[in-house]
Parts: sequence; C-alpha cells; structure tokens
Amino acid sequence: MNTRTTHAPIIRMKNIEKHFGSVIALAGVSVDIYPGECHCLLGDNGAGKSTFIKTMSGVHKPTKGEIQFEGTPMNFDDPRDAMDAGIATVHQHLAMIPLMSVSRNFFMGNEPTKKIFGISFFDSKKADQITMDEMRKMGINLRGPDQAVGTLSGGERQTVAISRAVHFGAKVLILDEPTSALGVRQTSNVLATIDKVRKQDIAVVFITHNVRHAMAVGDRFTVLNRGQTLGTAQRGQITPEELQDLMAGGQELATLEGSLGGTV
Amino acid sequence: MSEATTTPEATDERVKEMSAFRKALIRPELGGIVGTIAVFTFFLLFAFDSGMFNSQGVLNWSIVSAQFMIIAVGACLLMIAGEFDLSVGSMIGFAGMMIAIMGVTLGWPIWIAIILTFALCLSIGALNGFIVIRTGLPSFIVTLAFLFILRGFTIYLPQTIENKTIIGGIRDAAEGDWLAPLFGGKVGGGFFQWLGDNDLIATFERGNRAGEAVIDGIPMLIIWAIVLVVFGHVLLTKTRFGNWIYASGGDAESARNSGVPVNRVKILMFMFTAFCATVFATCQVMEFGSAGADRGLLKEFEAIIAVVIGGALLTGGYGSVIGAALGALIFGVVQQGLFFAGVESSLFRVFLGVILLGAVILNTYIRRMITGER
Repeated sequence: MNTRTTHAPIIRMKNIEKHFGSVIALAGVSVDIYPGECHCLLGDNGAGKSTFIKTMSGVHKPTKGEIQFEGTPMNFDDPRDAMDAGIATVHQHLAMIPLMSVSRNFFMGNEPTKKIFGISFFDSKKADQITMDEMRKMGINLRGPDQAVGTLSGGERQTVAISRAVHFGAKVLILDEPTSALGVRQTSNVLATIDKVRKQDIAVVFITHNVRHAMAVGDRFTVLNRGQTLGTAQRGQITPEELQDLMAGGQELATLEGSLGGTV
Repeated sequence: MSEATTTPEATDERVKEMSAFRKALIRPELGGIVGTIAVFTFFLLFAFDSGMFNSQGVLNWSIVSAQFMIIAVGACLLMIAGEFDLSVGSMIGFAGMMIAIMGVTLGWPIWIAIILTFALCLSIGALNGFIVIRTGLPSFIVTLAFLFILRGFTIYLPQTIENKTIIGGIRDAAEGDWLAPLFGGKVGGGFFQWLGDNDLIATFERGNRAGEAVIDGIPMLIIWAIVLVVFGHVLLTKTRFGNWIYASGGDAESARNSGVPVNRVKILMFMFTAFCATVFATCQVMEFGSAGADRGLLKEFEAIIAVVIGGALLTGGYGSVIGAALGALIFGVVQQGLFFAGVESSLFRVFLGVILLGAVILNTYIRRMITGER
C-alpha cells in the first residue's frame, strides 16, 4: 500500500503517561505515526483512545513521556498551536453549523478576504470556488456552495470536515470515530476519503472500535486496552479476529462470541 | 479503494433539483417581502384617500418605521449571534435621560452629553455581554435584569435631582451645537422647497409659513436608519466578521473549535445593540426637546418582533438585516395606517400578536426546509 514506513515518523510518542488525579488514563503508550499512512487506533470504550489523541493534538499535556513532532520535541500549549503546526483533529462533534452554507462552514474562522477601498470584505467568490473544487475532489457534488450543511448526510459532513482540514494544511489528520454513527454506504464514502487523504502524503490517525472499518483502510493498527498499548501490527500481520480479541482483552468476548454465533 | 463510485462531473441523483420557488422560500427575507406587499396593498385599497400616501403621510409612517428599523438592526445582529437584549427599551429611556441630565441639569455642552452618553451606554452593553459570556446564563435573564435596573435609574435620577420625571429644554441647550444636528437635524430642505415651488408636493396655503413646502427636509432619524441597515447588511453578508456572527449564533462550540472568537463577537454585538438604542434615544430627545422616564417602553419587544417577522430564528444563526428592516417597515406602516384609516389604535396590538405568531410558525417551516430535517 505505501512504502513510507521506512521514512522518519512525523509524530513519535514515547512512553506517554497521563494521570487525572488518581486515575491513570494512559500508562506508558508508545506509537509512531508516519506520513502517508493510515494508522488505526483501536480500543473499546474507556481504553484511553480519546485521552491519547487529545495528548497528541495539544489538548492535554502528558504527565510523563515525550512527544516528538517532525523530529523535535514538541510542547504545545493549546490545540491552536498544534493546529498551526499542522495537526488537525476532526471531532465526533464536527465543528459544522447546519444552518450555514457549505462554503461558509468550510472557511469558518479562516475566511478569505479581499480589499475594496481599503476595507476588507469576505471574498465569497473565492470561498465558493475553492469549496466546490475541494468537494469535487472528494467526490461530493454539491447543489451549490450555498447549500446548507444541514442538508448533507452524516458521511458528507465528515468529508467536508476532512477536506477542510486538508485544505488548511494538515500534515497529521486525527479522525475521532468518524464512522461510528454512519450507515454502510456513508461509511464507505468516508473510508474512500481517508484513502484519498493518505495518498496526499498526510498521516491519518483513524480512531475506531470497529475492526472491519479499520481493516478496510488501515496500514498499521495499534490497540489500546485499559490505558496500555498492546503493540502495533502491520497490515497483513494480523487478522480481524485477533484485533477484536486484543481490543476486548481476550477472555470475556470469547465466551460472548460463542453465544452470539460469531457475529460480533 | 472505491474511487470509481463517483465520477466528478456526474450530478448526484439523490440531490433533488430545487425549484426556483423553493429557493426563494428559504431566503430569510421572504416573510418580510410578502408582508410588506400585503400591508401596502391593504392600505392602498382601504386608506388611499386618507392622506396616508401624500407627502406628509409618507413622511409620517417613514419616521415611525425608521425608529423601528434603528433598534431592529441591533436586535437582528445580536439575535443572529445567538443572544437577546431585553434592555433595549430601558436603554432608550436611560440614554435620553442621561443626555438631559448632563446637557440641561448640569448645563454641559450637548455634544459632551451625547458623547458621554454613548460611552456609558456602550459600556453597559459590553457589561451585559460580559456577564452573559462569563456566567453562561441565558442573555434573556441577564438583560431582563438590566431592563429593570436601567428603568429604575431612569425614574429615580430625574426625581431625585429635579423632582420630576420629564426634563425639557434640550432644544434650547442644543442650539448652535455642532453634534446635535447629526441626530436632530433635517437634510434636503432646499430640495423639498423646490418640489413645493414646482407644485410637486403640497405647500402651506396660509399662516406665517405660507408658500413653504409642507415637508422641510428628511429627519436625520431616517438617514440613521438607512445607514444602519446598509451597514448591518454589509457587515453580516459581505465581511468575515459577518461569518463569525452567523457561526457564533449557529453553534458557539463549533465556532470556537474552528477558531472564531465567539466571546468577542457576542460582546461586540451587545455593544452594537446598545449603540442603536442610544442613536434612537438621541434622535428622539432632539426631536421632542425633552427626556421622559417612560420613553422606550416595550421597544425591546417591538424590535424583536420586527426581527422575527424579518425571518431571523430566535435560536440564532440565521436571519437577515434587510428582512428585519422590512419587518420594521411593516410595523410603521400598520401602526400609522390604522390611524389614517380611522381604526381603533388598540387593534394594532392584536395585529402585532397575530403577525408575530404567523412569522414564527413560518420561520420554523423554513428552517426545516433549509436543514432538511423533518
């Protein structure tokens, strides 16, 4: 799929620990993220996935451990710094406003301006043009740039959010459970989008607890369980069943699976 | 991967082509446009001979509409930014009273009184916004508190200082002032005299003003209304700050995540609302020559109703300044039209209630249409 894993990692997280008071959310997690790969971060609810990506995107400071970004130790004070450096997060909560048009959403907070008589105005023509182009690249045909985001499906909204992050120069794209609330067709659209982004040499960190979604696009898989990593596996080195077992911590699911007839 | 699923040029068969009618329907101004046409048709049919549409009549309802417009612009931008200001009416009374106290009672030059009043009222607007942002309380409650606080002061101050609730003599105090004409003056007097001389509009036939045109100029109030509407419209639709206003009201959390300075936007909009209220108050004080403790009663609700008729959603994030201006025009025309038509003026309130209900119901449907929810 890609050959970039021989290159230097863009983010290197070494023995990251994060404590919230007496709760140990992360107990020494190490992960390397390479450009152009889709790195799947798997784990059940409460495994520490969210804490981990929040540490990566500058929301939390690790209690212990070191984070290197492009080879140098990074010390982000807040998510804005991380965003400026090129680490973009697309949250489950999408940062999209349903009543506003796609192009106004696309450029929210980063509006292009043009000067007329020394006063700067919102350059809506440029915004509309770029939005239409970017959406077309991702395979979404809008009725027009003024179409409200509220009329888009969940998958299309994800795609808008992703292409927005890419357009504004993301080098690392963190997707927090982008497929968890989507139907089959929409999920495949989002997975296709992830594939397109990866081909632009952007590192994608794809958080999910659905093994099949992970297997569909992932190059490497890291499983988190109770704040610890159980190692990173290459594509082809691991079966979906093994991943599933790792996520659930083996035992309980195995017994459950028997009674459910292997449908989980 | 599944790249072949969509070819770039193919249109998505699931996106229904929108009819032009439906497109027009989701414009926020629609309600205002329809209402304006309906109202004008009605009064042209039933009150044409009453003098409502001669030059004086037009000026009469234009002034009333302009008053509504000035406060509606502020209320509109604030509502789109996701907040309310219920203290607008009290702010109008308070601002007028401050000008009167400073300019008449204390005898300061009127321009100083006006500038200080603007500074004071903008600070109160900023305080409103600051409290709302800091506490996270609904602006409804915070500004309701200021509705009472400001009205209380507006009654208390003149009673304590002058033993009365109306302070007059402002016109004398404003005589020869450089700033006062910006609010109380009139423009285009020569033009209207020319119209009168050429029999295009009526002239006085007797009395000491015989031969003068019945209209001696357009009051600055109307100019302010037009300027504010244009400013508000351009700000909202043509600038990046306008995008931030929509975003702040549409979903403050999402906007923050995208780097929009939501707090700054909201506080500035509270200040702008206060500015509009103060403009209204200053124009009114200059016109009447006095400030009264009961000025501006219920204006906050009238402003909000005009904005809602104009298509803005009470929940924020959607609306139009042009729509709000049309809402204000409907207001002015109906209020004065009923008077011209000889209808009992208390019926105006019945009309208000009915049209408000109709507008809110229409808006709800429009929002469903925009967002595609059912």
